[in-house]
Amino acid sequence: MLAADALPPRFRDWFAARGWSPREHQLAMLEKAREGRGALLIAPTGGGKTLAGFLPSLIELSERPPRNTPAGVHTLYISPLKALAVDVERNLLTPIREMGLKIVAESRTGDTGEARKARQRVRPPDILLTTPEQLALFCAWEGAREYFSDLRCVIIDEAHAIWPSKRGDLLALGLARLQQFAPSMRRVGLSATVDDPDLVRRWLGDSGRDSIDLVLGSGGAQPVVEVLVSGGRVPWAGHTAEHAMAEVYEIIKSSKTALIFVNTRFQAEFAFQRLWELNEDDLPIALHHGSLSAEQRRKVEAAMTRGALRAVVCTSTLDMGIDWGDVDLVIQLAAPKGASRMVQRIGRANHRLDEPSRALFVPASRFEMLECRAAADAILENHLDGDPPRVGALDVLAQHVMGCACSEPFKLTELYDEVRSAGPYAELSWEDFETVVDFVSTGGYALRTYDKFRRIVQNADGLWTARNAQARQQHRMNVGAIVSPGMINIRIGGGKRPMGGRKIGEAEEGYFEQLTPGDTFVFAGQVWRYNSLVGADAFVSPAPNDDPKMPSWGGSKFPLSTYLASRVRQMMHDEREWAALPADVQEWLSWQKVRSAIPGDGEMLLETFQRGKRFHLVCYPFDGRLAHTTLAMLLTRRLDRLGVGPLGFVCNDYALNIWSLRPMDGLDLDELFAQDMLGDDLEAWLDESFMMKRAFKHCALIAGLIERRHPGAEKSGRQVTFSTDLIYDVLRKHQPDHLMLRCARHDAATGMLDIARLGDMLTRVQGHIRHVRLDRVSPFAVPIMLEIGRERAPGDAAGEMILAEAEEDLIAEAMS
Amino acid sequence: MTRFEPSLCGGLRVGLANVEVMLRWSGALWLERESTLVVADLHFEKGSSYAARFGQMLPPYDTRETLDRLDREIALLSPAALIFLGDSFHDGGGESRLAADDYRRLEGLAVGRELVWAVGNHDADGPKVLPGDIVDEAAVAGLTLRHEPVPGVQLGEVAGHLHPAAKITSGRATTRRRCFVTDGQRLVLPAFGAFTGGLNILDEAFSNLFAGPLLAGALGPKRVHAVGRKSLRPD
Repeated sequence: MLAADALPPRFRDWFAARGWSPREHQLAMLEKAREGRGALLIAPTGGGKTLAGFLPSLIELSERPPRNTPAGVHTLYISPLKALAVDVERNLLTPIREMGLKIVAESRTGDTGEARKARQRVRPPDILLTTPEQLALFCAWEGAREYFSDLRCVIIDEAHAIWPSKRGDLLALGLARLQQFAPSMRRVGLSATVDDPDLVRRWLGDSGRDSIDLVLGSGGAQPVVEVLVSGGRVPWAGHTAEHAMAEVYEIIKSSKTALIFVNTRFQAEFAFQRLWELNEDDLPIALHHGSLSAEQRRKVEAAMTRGALRAVVCTSTLDMGIDWGDVDLVIQLAAPKGASRMVQRIGRANHRLDEPSRALFVPASRFEMLECRAAADAILENHLDGDPPRVGALDVLAQHVMGCACSEPFKLTELYDEVRSAGPYAELSWEDFETVVDFVSTGGYALRTYDKFRRIVQNADGLWTARNAQARQQHRMNVGAIVSPGMINIRIGGGKRPMGGRKIGEAEEGYFEQLTPGDTFVFAGQVWRYNSLVGADAFVSPAPNDDPKMPSWGGSKFPLSTYLASRVRQMMHDEREWAALPADVQEWLSWQKVRSAIPGDGEMLLETFQRGKRFHLVCYPFDGRLAHTTLAMLLTRRLDRLGVGPLGFVCNDYALNIWSLRPMDGLDLDELFAQDMLGDDLEAWLDESFMMKRAFKHCALIAGLIERRHPGAEKSGRQVTFSTDLIYDVLRKHQPDHLMLRCARHDAATGMLDIARLGDMLTRVQGHIRHVRLDRVSPFAVPIMLEIGRERAPGDAAGEMILAEAEEDLIAEAMS
Repeated sequence: MTRFEPSLCGGLRVGLANVEVMLRWSGALWLERESTLVVADLHFEKGSSYAARFGQMLPPYDTRETLDRLDREIALLSPAALIFLGDSFHDGGGESRLAADDYRRLEGLAVGRELVWAVGNHDADGPKVLPGDIVDEAAVAGLTLRHEPVPGVQLGEVAGHLHPAAKITSGRATTRRRCFVTDGQRLVLPAFGAFTGGLNILDEAFSNLFAGPLLAGALGPKRVHAVGRKSLRPD
């Protein structure tokens, strides 16, 4: 290990002048750099992690001999957040200025002005701070190879948040490309604590070489996590924690600055409104979520930096980002859903290593109480949720291949080797690679209509290159692996042809499909009336005195993590653990034991009972809403074939409830839950499902099959939605094995439907279903019974019901 | 109000300028007495037009999908005449981009029946090689069939061009469908092509076409649903 005097005098003095001494992990990072090794630094927030990443580069640059030709980029810093890249630029300028170093550090994001971008291209900064999307654009530049030939180091910040995603796939491919341009380039990752650092290491490194060493920062103080039992009671059901709001307000009053995390935008709006109703002291409490306009969010962040706020109600938009030293409390309203996410959120409080972060969980229901307890215990024991190893997505690869062809001609076999040097693509088969290249070139159709319109073509030397300037231009307009839903601008304005109203934010297009003109809703903490939708603008006017209509919505968009779910199951069957729970939750568990049963270790509880004219089947796998919804759809198909006449179902993170015309007591449950339901039934249902259509659209956008926008002609999200569904239907019928359908099936199966998890669950419960026949609703079943009627399943069947109802209306009108 | 009556075949029988016509759930119009099937806005080779113009590789299967739908109707109804109501090809180059299979199937449509191509704005000249009569408009059963509706009151006009779609609300829920739209005096057909979008019938483009109350025939799987103005919503 290097000693502190390994630093050059200028740096030593600078540390000393600030009263600091270099931390161990900062020196360790320096040592790795001198050995020419890549490094993954895992350290909690507040440990000088960013400086640890940059220190070797700053020293190297400060010792660089003068040269005649202008140098290229020395260090490339990549952050998942634009704002973070800009903020790190600012923070980096301080030591550079104070030490009088001749180093130019500049950021470049989607928001950077054209003049600055052009200048950066001619005169590259020594340190360039940017985002994964910009790197993908760099890779598609003509002349990228020369531009990056001097590159010595790439630093990936918040690596834990990027790697297990399509953005991570694209970034890994970009790193492989950069390594070709600059063979001596070192890769450095900065990460928060993760369950399995080797997975991140493998993603970060060159798959052919063991080039990344692990550096561990000293762990911070253990966080202090409490679970709030407001007024000694926990509600039966719900998602908003409304019952605890008064107490939450008092806690905000007694803290310096609190971050209040919720899981969705609607929860954020709801909590913000309730807190302001209680806010007799006029505390500066702000709201921050992804739908607010960028300007509004920047304002809140700036006020936070100034220390002008007492609390911010926020969603995952503030999970990472700029350090705010003054935050002394993190409150999680409603269920935490995963231990890793919570560690990340709690890390946002008190960015000083020696003092513990303080966190408060506020469960919104009794099952959530169990979940909060499990999460708090997991955090104390330092158990985090694990991610499965990542296999690179082929739609992302298609985008990258097109980018490479835009940059310079490539040889197929060489690109194949390069791609496989990226961790997520290490196992890519030649066959799949060829399929992807054919897709990029001709669309990959069995009907070879497009051979004459190829997007990439082979030149005289047999190298592949983009067809023409138009193809290059089009690619650049469509780069990136983030697909946001079509967004509708929310503007103030009324009347039939409203013009140019002020934009107050934006929302997914699906949001306004739930509303009819005249409806009221809450946004940015106020009540608005929805007037009309014109193109991509929704016009609204203030309606401060109206009761807002809350859109039908419940639960979290994050699934309950597998790890937390198993802890909850464990906590339930081990009665010794009940003592840590509030009295009413203990009583609820005890009654469940008397009235029905508490599932034993490894068991799944399944209850059947009659209520009114309906027969119910309720089971409790605790595998998250997504997996439950898929299971319920498949069970419904089976129950239909068995003739019990299923009428509907509802799911939450803990349970699912199916009701039918005829009793379900006598069914062979092992048969009903047999794993083969993941075969034909799944295929048949999946192909029809709206989730497949959504997944297809995402893949098609990323792979460049359809465009985000045409050069010169913006396409609104609405038109894209419509046409991709048609494209999906036609493709599915005429070439069901097409690459894009493979990609969509894969995504739907892993992400939106959680089929892998459902498969694990079916294996787990086989032979372990504890069936209890009841004469009335059990205590466990109450929450899920309360959810009936709150949701409406989307899809064709529901659409037909709407049409039938509308026709009845018309017939009634005609007869009257 | 326009007379309408659901039919056993899933279609909707409506009165149009004293003629009774059948709206099929496929989106086609069936004139039974004349044994004539009318379809509008097929937009053949729309998929390949994106490849030709922008290098965008949409699935090239839209033509055969549209032909499959057409074949189903022909098999069920055995029409003596088939009328394409304009915009049959998405662009002038569409005919030359047809896959050989699709070309043969299109050719076959003219065997043993009258095939009429009314021209539209996308295909102003009609096909160059394919068989069939090329017309500006056609008169059948006292109705006037043309691509683009003529503004003002046009008793007995059947047109396409506008790709009508209806957004329908019942209670809190909404669905959007391709549809027929009529006031009993004139009728606009939905687009039949596989890659065609829809324009809301409450859009201004429809406003000067209809005098009486609107009746929409919304397309569902296997049924045309009659929907009145009260259930319609703008986008």
